[in-house]
Amino acid sequence: MIKLEELKKSFLVSVWFMFLTFPIMVIRVNPIEKVVEWRWKNILIVGAGSFFFSFLWRYLLLRRETGRKKMEAGEIEKIPLSRRILTEPKMYIPALVCIAVFASVFPFVFSIYQINIMVTAIIYVVLGLGLNIVVGLAGLLDLGYVAFYAVGAYSYGLLNYHFNLGFWAVLPIGALLGVVFGILLGFPVLRLRGDYLAIVTLGFGEIIRLILENWNEFSFGPSGIANIPRPSFFGHQFSLHAATVYIYFLMIALTLLTIFVVNRLQNSRIGRAWIALREDEVACQAMGIDKTKTKLTAFALGATWAGMIGVIFAAKTTFINPASFTFLESAMILSIVVMGGMGSIIGVIIGALVLILLPEYLRAFSDYRMLLFGAILVIMMVFRPQGLISNVRRTYKFEGR
Amino acid sequence: MDYFLELFLGGLTRGSIYALIALGYTMVYGIIELINFAHGEIYMIGAFTALIVAGVLTFWGFNHIAILLLASIIAVIYSAAYGFTVEKVAYKPLRHAPRLSPLISAIGMSIFLQNYVLLAQTSDFLPFPSLIPDFKFLEPYSHLIRPPELVILLTTAVSMLLLTLLIRFTRIGKAMRATAQDRNMAMLVGINVDRIISITFIIGSALAAIGGILIASHIGMINFYIGFIAGIKAFTAAVLGGIGSIPGAVLGGLVLGWTESFATGYVSSDYEDVFAFALLVLILIFRPAGILGRSTIQKV
Amino acid sequence: MMKKHSRKSIATVFISVLFFLLAGFSFYSCGEREKPAEPEKTEKSAAPAPAETAGETIKLGVGGAHSGDLASYGLPSVNAAELVVKEINEKGGILGKKVELLVEDDVCKPEVATNTATKLLSEGVDVVMGHICSGATKSALGIYKDSKIVCMSPSATNPPLTQSGDYPNFFRTIASDDAQAKLEVDYALDVLNLKKIAVLHDKGDYGKGLAEFAKSFIEKSGKGEVALYEGITPGAVDYSAVVQKIKQSGAEAVIFGGYHPEASKIVMQMRKKGMNTTFISDDGVKDDTFIKVAGKYAEGVYATGPKDTSTNPLAIKANEDHIKAYGKEPGAFFLNAYAATQALLNAIEKAGSTDYDAIVNALRTEYVETPLGKIRFDEKGDAIGIGFSMYKVENGVYVEN
Repeated sequence: MIKLEELKKSFLVSVWFMFLTFPIMVIRVNPIEKVVEWRWKNILIVGAGSFFFSFLWRYLLLRRETGRKKMEAGEIEKIPLSRRILTEPKMYIPALVCIAVFASVFPFVFSIYQINIMVTAIIYVVLGLGLNIVVGLAGLLDLGYVAFYAVGAYSYGLLNYHFNLGFWAVLPIGALLGVVFGILLGFPVLRLRGDYLAIVTLGFGEIIRLILENWNEFSFGPSGIANIPRPSFFGHQFSLHAATVYIYFLMIALTLLTIFVVNRLQNSRIGRAWIALREDEVACQAMGIDKTKTKLTAFALGATWAGMIGVIFAAKTTFINPASFTFLESAMILSIVVMGGMGSIIGVIIGALVLILLPEYLRAFSDYRMLLFGAILVIMMVFRPQGLISNVRRTYKFEGR
Repeated sequence: MDYFLELFLGGLTRGSIYALIALGYTMVYGIIELINFAHGEIYMIGAFTALIVAGVLTFWGFNHIAILLLASIIAVIYSAAYGFTVEKVAYKPLRHAPRLSPLISAIGMSIFLQNYVLLAQTSDFLPFPSLIPDFKFLEPYSHLIRPPELVILLTTAVSMLLLTLLIRFTRIGKAMRATAQDRNMAMLVGINVDRIISITFIIGSALAAIGGILIASHIGMINFYIGFIAGIKAFTAAVLGGIGSIPGAVLGGLVLGWTESFATGYVSSDYEDVFAFALLVLILIFRPAGILGRSTIQKV
Repeated sequence: MMKKHSRKSIATVFISVLFFLLAGFSFYSCGEREKPAEPEKTEKSAAPAPAETAGETIKLGVGGAHSGDLASYGLPSVNAAELVVKEINEKGGILGKKVELLVEDDVCKPEVATNTATKLLSEGVDVVMGHICSGATKSALGIYKDSKIVCMSPSATNPPLTQSGDYPNFFRTIASDDAQAKLEVDYALDVLNLKKIAVLHDKGDYGKGLAEFAKSFIEKSGKGEVALYEGITPGAVDYSAVVQKIKQSGAEAVIFGGYHPEASKIVMQMRKKGMNTTFISDDGVKDDTFIKVAGKYAEGVYATGPKDTSTNPLAIKANEDHIKAYGKEPGAFFLNAYAATQALLNAIEKAGSTDYDAIVNALRTEYVETPLGKIRFDEKGDAIGIGFSMYKVENGVYVEN
């Protein structure tokens, strides 16, 4: 079944990778102790691994190509199950009910640890949905999203420290500051296209983090702010367990709100404008859409969510420092959106749950966590740029090449 | 005045370092309009390979010159190989994808390579052997400039010159320019575009490796994370000078180096990186084409 | 594009459903196992009763950075805990019970540390040895404090941890930053008789905290002046500008807060530029790696570090055990972690139970023999009997002054 040709190709690939990874995987030099360690086992793993993966890689590439050809030939296949679940009431209503029941019983069945990591996962769900507005809908690659998250977290930390403001008072303030920063940063940069925009947002993200790190008088520098109170309920402070459950339901409510808002936005005038802008800027302007204003709305709305979640994050961890808001955090939120499927709400939710919960449950492999994130970004882009769950509304036109 | 001169020279060295890495960025961007985020990682892998080779050779008792030569050559070969492979794996399948896809793929590659080195090697800083010999004739000026710094300056100048010549006068250079202008047209006249892109990556990565070795022996230490910071700075330099332009990359590197050096010297090093990023943001907002770049009209 | 991946999307949906089922089962079973432990915990936090220690084992949690780029600071503490626990279990355990280790990773991130802490809590931990980084420790303490669990860090030196009084359940076997800074400043001003001092730091939690104290001590002393106060960027390609600035400021000594990689770069650049300014640093630099890296340039560098333990028989034994068990020299904070584990287990033994108040009381009153000397803890949680001395590099080794 497997042709000799294929075997030969894979063999060459595996030899190439064995050569490529040889110095870094096999040799380890300790210049301090002056010892050299040879790890020959590794090269066998690399060889076997790349041999196997090259088959998989070529198979997937082939599928991608045939898929594209079929598309061009206009062949219609039956509607995939994933879409049927999403579109047919007969299927999605029971599914929704199941999820709703599960979500509401969850904190009473499982331990505080399970609730805690679920809260973390939901925080990323909402962050992902927020970034999804910017990246998925409006097509603006924002690599400094975490800056707004930091703004929210620090607004709670600082306002609480200086003025003793409570969680509920700061939550809208955090969202508002998110908007303000979104507009402040967004206004000058939105004239830029694609990758330049990405780099400038990355620069802004880093600048905000560096300021938080260096301006001790303002932000307490790298040692951060500790003892941030957990949210209260009409002045009533909860115990640890109850507070966690409380934050959990808060997050669930916020997620529902976010889903509702994003859903409505998607089908609104502005949402259509975003999608149109993403597909073709020039045509969009020709149709009379105010480019800057539309982009700015997307940017500011995305930032609102980040600001709000920042406040909740600060309340949940009770401690914040600039180390939580690095570029890698932005990259992680981006991988959630990319993996789930840009523009798709369900996709982002699944993406966040997989990317955040999976490493938590596979703690033994925590070393490989970031390695996998990197690989996921590449593999998703190459083989499934539309994500796990592609957006239903999305249609593609192909340039005849 | 002496202080000013010292800061000036410090900025010059630093700027040359950025310039050397920025050359790779600018070449790749010039040809396929992709910000090769993984370029900084290629530089880091170059430095690591040199460290490993030098370590093994020292262990085997080679002499100093042989170590310097072998380590540099092997590091350059490996970096070029990594650059080539990264292009084939992460960028080539995305040739016709929307613009953001290769950028995201590049970010993924960068994170992947960082963690690959972290896991396969170590997270600690490793001391890098000072491969560059001490030149006796420089001793009277040692407070101003030291041998590694001089070598860095010269290498950058020579690389820029060679690259410019390569692009202007050779067949490959011509093919590169053609590919950069219009890829379909280039294919039509019989240029193997894939090969040209591969060659661009190989040259850019080799330069990054040279940069890696020089900087590592200048600073005396490396770890898996050096590529990220240097990469971002070098990218800033490339954009500053006008991305796609070879002299622009060098000029941008120098401007950035001086900005940081003088900012540290006369203001505070607390905000060194803030200055660099602010410069990037300002340049992109007010003059996206950079200092030497020509602004292009977007074709519809 | 919409259609072409249909079969693949079915596959992905199936895989994700499968994954969720699996995840669901796995944490369901986890939840099952944890159920008996969990209500016990909540009960414990409400009303601690001695009778409740009737579990089969005493659970010692070890939290800290065990993977990622800071693993080299965290892993030695795991080894230390393993060695101590092994020894105690061989002798029959404490109070007739075996000691069980629960090792959890926090990657040195505050947000992960809360997950780690709740995980330990769900597993029914009795005392915690950790965490490693001050930031992660602060966020984890928010959880331990509410659950009344004693936590002892071998390495978190941030002063407010003990001095603010916010964390009555926190102890540490390492002196705080201000104690070190005081020693460095006094040494520079009084012993070396230097007047103009440049204070540098690496912008990190630890280094900057220390530098802030050094600066304020110099200013308060009235005997010297701060010639320069600067943060350097870790990982920058070049430090020549900062070095020039030190030279320009005319400083007679440099006090550096941070770790050895940056310290060695600065010392090397200073010496290569022909400057022989005195260099004084902290226990992040008092590491043999520093001397090996900086080579001849390290000569004459001062660094503070825990009092010399090389003659302490327990320290010698701990080091030998480590080499025997793991085949290499122990890493950073090994002895501190060793001492912390001993102190915690000793306190449980003396208290006769794992009751929170009893343990705290025992820690404060009972002396324990550790590799760091005979120690007990003061009201705030700092160890009494752990001091710092000044070391100087002479002929390639640190010599106590």
